[in-house]
Amino acid sequence: MHTDPRYDYALREPRLPPPVDHTLNDAPIDLDVRVGMYRSLHLLRGFGKRAHDLFLQNLVKGTTHLSLGMEAVATGFGAALQPGDYTFATYRGHAHSLARGMDPGAALAELCGRSNGILGGKGGSMHLTDAAKGMMGSYAIIGAHLCIANGAAWSAQMRGTDQVAVAFFGDGTSNIGAFHEALNLAKVWNLPVVFVCENNLYMEYTPIDIVTAVSPPVAGRASAYGLEEIVIDGNDPDRVYLTAVQAVGKARSGGGPSLIEAVTYRSGGHSRADPGKYRPAEEVGAWAEHDPVPLYHARLLSAGVEEDRLEAIQEEVAEAIDSATSFAQMGAEPGEAALMSEVYADGGSAWRN
Amino acid sequence: MAELTYREAVAYGIAQEMRREPSLVMLGEDIGPAGGVFKTTVGLIDEFGPERIRDTPISEQAILGAAMGAAMTGVPVIAEIMFSDFFAVCWDILANQIAKSRYMTDGQVSFPIVIRTANGGGVRFGAQHSQSVENWAMMIPGLKVVAPSTPEDVVGLMAASIRDPDPVVFFEHKALMGAKAEIPDGEIVDRLGTAKVLREGADVTIAALAAMVPRALEAAERLAQDGISAEVIDVRSLVPLDTRTLLGSVAKTGRFFTVEENPRLCGWGAELVSIVSDEAFWDLDGPSIRITTPHIPLPAAASLEDLALPSVDRIYETVAKSVETRSGA
Repeated sequence: MHTDPRYDYALREPRLPPPVDHTLNDAPIDLDVRVGMYRSLHLLRGFGKRAHDLFLQNLVKGTTHLSLGMEAVATGFGAALQPGDYTFATYRGHAHSLARGMDPGAALAELCGRSNGILGGKGGSMHLTDAAKGMMGSYAIIGAHLCIANGAAWSAQMRGTDQVAVAFFGDGTSNIGAFHEALNLAKVWNLPVVFVCENNLYMEYTPIDIVTAVSPPVAGRASAYGLEEIVIDGNDPDRVYLTAVQAVGKARSGGGPSLIEAVTYRSGGHSRADPGKYRPAEEVGAWAEHDPVPLYHARLLSAGVEEDRLEAIQEEVAEAIDSATSFAQMGAEPGEAALMSEVYADGGSAWRN
Repeated sequence: MAELTYREAVAYGIAQEMRREPSLVMLGEDIGPAGGVFKTTVGLIDEFGPERIRDTPISEQAILGAAMGAAMTGVPVIAEIMFSDFFAVCWDILANQIAKSRYMTDGQVSFPIVIRTANGGGVRFGAQHSQSVENWAMMIPGLKVVAPSTPEDVVGLMAASIRDPDPVVFFEHKALMGAKAEIPDGEIVDRLGTAKVLREGADVTIAALAAMVPRALEAAERLAQDGISAEVIDVRSLVPLDTRTLLGSVAKTGRFFTVEENPRLCGWGAELVSIVSDEAFWDLDGPSIRITTPHIPLPAAASLEDLALPSVDRIYETVAKSVETRSGA
């Protein structure tokens, strides 16, 4: 047994969540938007739990990276974006996909490797994409999609639309070269792009602060690219929403890129293989107390929404998850036709005559 | 008819397509007022402006990422990677993202991107600015790979690559930049996936690519003086690959040689030899032979680089010796 925090990160000082900002009870947010975010939180949470259950039943294979505990970021941005906007997510992309309107059944079917999956079973858990809804992909190599989001923003700029691209990424991304290349180019070209870090304090299994030269890991880099330092409570949907509205609005009106560090916490490990035991118990407990779902339930009650209405939403979402599960389990396993299709734009895979 | 150098043909081909397609843009390092380090983009910024001819920082991941994001949202893009050796710093975006995303999304997104790059040796730049890396690109499913050897092919294959809805890696050869040729008037549009028989022959087939093409032609001339009739095929397009032309030639000659600038292991010729072996075995009158750069990093000194790259002498001697051995001479 290690007793040294250098070898057992669970012995380090816990990183505690910020106190809930109760001034947000009176935040200038339409009630419809808030109720929509409440539903989104529950949908994302329910989906994540169901994906986990199906994994334990061996129906979801490979690996999954869940956003349990981190749903407020996808929820707040999902509410702030317009239908034409572009979302780029990481392999931890289920929440962002659902927040842009991906059908939960098609998403769950994809996780289960079925032909009725959103990608026909060819992408899997780490690559959820629904281009028709502006969900431009989930990217599984750290850093790349920040550069790609720039391209979508550049395209919008050239085509003269008011679309905005948003790239979500983890704290670990702040130490890879593509992150820095992307921020620099976005600023130089004044691109309508918003970079959103979901800082869950651990790059994968290692605390982000012990591998990063500055603190906070992302906002601490902002000044190098002429950007404002923005750190927010990423577990508070209202705070995320208000920040998103501001940054997206700035990008939409030609004000250029923003970099946002939303501090949050995974309730579980990095992936299904990880029980997350490198985290101090006090820290895990404190963040569980700062979970966005009960936080927002209390927020809406204090804003005057009736308990019955919230319970009805929970029931409706639970049914939607059940029906998504049935849809996923109904799907056939994809076969040879899918295997050899869509390598090239002619729909096939021929590389020779 | 206009006479153009290979390097001028690059800008000529891009300009032809930019006039046709107003949404087409290009980005890369020093491609604007500087006209590119190989002067392959001279004049383009004057005609098309800095919005369509975009200078970038030295950020190859940002370049290819921007190309990808723009292409998948409806803007066709040409991206320049100054030296093909630099693919090593943006290989993720090319090999993992651009190449695979159509397949992974079951066809939800398309990538009309041409990635131009200066490839190959012969200019004494040493091991990090002289590699032939067309085989790197060839082995990634989802990419198309083109390497022209003449000014007219540069223009025609550039147009074909730009009009293709898939990502095309377009290798421009450094040692050919000064090569001159007449170009026909009017729009020139070629087809990907087509090899060209540049010299007809009856005894042996020699398949070559880019800067190895003129060397193969010169070797064929010398072989002819020895009474060996060599058919020389410019492969031009590695993906898609025109196996019909190659196999048709082998059926006629019964002997197959490749001339490859890439280091030996897993060079494109190995794939061609494998196809010939699988599908034309009974047409063969002798072993298929690959003439390649040895499996070494390319050295800088002129004498060493000349020893490393397949030379006219080496092509001639390898083919002549092999044919003589076979005939028992």
